[in-house]
Amino acid sequence: MLIKIMGPGCPNCQKVADLLKSTIEENKIDAKIEKVTDFQEMAMAGVLSTPAVVIDGTIKCVGKVPSKDEIISWLK
Amino acid sequence: MAKLLAKKYQNNNDSCTQDPELSKRKRPSSKQVAYGVAGTALWYIIYKQLETFSHYLTYELFNISRGSHLGEAIQFFIYDTPKVLMLLTIIVFVVGIIRTFFTPERTRKILAGKRESVGNVLAAFLGIVTPFCSCSAVPLFMGFVTVGVPLGVTLSFLIAAPMVNEIALVLLYGLLGWKVALLYLVTGLLVAIIGGWVIGRLGMENHIEGWVREIRASADDVPEDNLSWDDRIARGREAVKDIVGKVWIYVIAGIGVGAGIHGYVPEGFMAAIMGKEAWWSVPAAVLVGIPMYSNAAGIVPIIHALLEKGAALGTVLAFMMSVIALSLPEMVILRKVLKPRLIGTFVGVVGGGILLVGYLFNVLI
Repeated sequence: MLIKIMGPGCPNCQKVADLLKSTIEENKIDAKIEKVTDFQEMAMAGVLSTPAVVIDGTIKCVGKVPSKDEIISWLK
Repeated sequence: MAKLLAKKYQNNNDSCTQDPELSKRKRPSSKQVAYGVAGTALWYIIYKQLETFSHYLTYELFNISRGSHLGEAIQFFIYDTPKVLMLLTIIVFVVGIIRTFFTPERTRKILAGKRESVGNVLAAFLGIVTPFCSCSAVPLFMGFVTVGVPLGVTLSFLIAAPMVNEIALVLLYGLLGWKVALLYLVTGLLVAIIGGWVIGRLGMENHIEGWVREIRASADDVPEDNLSWDDRIARGREAVKDIVGKVWIYVIAGIGVGAGIHGYVPEGFMAAIMGKEAWWSVPAAVLVGIPMYSNAAGIVPIIHALLEKGAALGTVLAFMMSVIALSLPEMVILRKVLKPRLIGTFVGVVGGGILLVGYLFNVLI
């Protein structure tokens, strides 16, 4: 599973990254996290507001920090 | 190719996950409505008591004499802080719910088919209700331009979104009254509409960085909006936690400074430097405002105090608009997609508009 976090690196993006990392570790899920700071790739993906979470090419969440429960529901 | 790439990412929903069972309900339940009404009533009752309470606390309980500098300052602080925070909480909550109906994706879809002029007006209004954070300015700009939203229309949106927002309006209403809030709303929208339109007329599309123009995306895959009211209310609550949690400290600091000025700075002190007679004060206010970067929450209590001591309304509004709408950090971010000449034009046109607003009010009021 490839998880992409898209955002220029503002505090909220960092929050999402930390949350994802800890959730993955806690649930022992095999996933790779990749940070995307390139605006071109964001535009290609159709992301208009950051932070955004894209898992295996599907946009899961844009413009907000998701809750832990939400993250777990995507990882199943 | 780019279009294919854009299509590859399936946007299943603008928001995060939702429970399909809950999503079926499109209207708020009667229980939610009842709570809403009861909550608003309670809020109103408390709100109405604040002034009496602040007088009681300052002059009776603390036993500070009426009319003294200290008393004035303390009463101002005790009254204004809860008042502004209460207003902020309820409005941020309501706007948080309204915003679940206006996602950037939907706004883009609405604007994609629009001509200029109509588009500029629409973009400025949508700028008020569409959730926007300045760190998203670049992806948003690209997202708009790549689906064929005209440059001027996109800029109308980018001017209005940070400048005319619920926080600014609430604070202006709470501290300066509804007339000033309305003036700010109307003139802010006009600056965004006309500024964007003027830049659109200048035909500066070739001053967008080349790689942006090469991307062509589609605005078709707009997510189905199937949030339940539980989700929307939760979103409103999150907005309160997020925004009020972030700005309360600015509000208190701002009111603290305001209280100090209110109690101690002599009447008419600001008249000489920020009054109507000082013609140069408007451009000076705009220039000083550009490198300053603050949100509405921090700036309104200070301009409130300035106004009280004789600063002219136009000068003060120009200052506020400049601080919020023309910020150096945002220019730096936008530089990634705009060439310097377009940024320069943007600052020039918006700054010019703000200048006009400032002079207009100084002449009229």
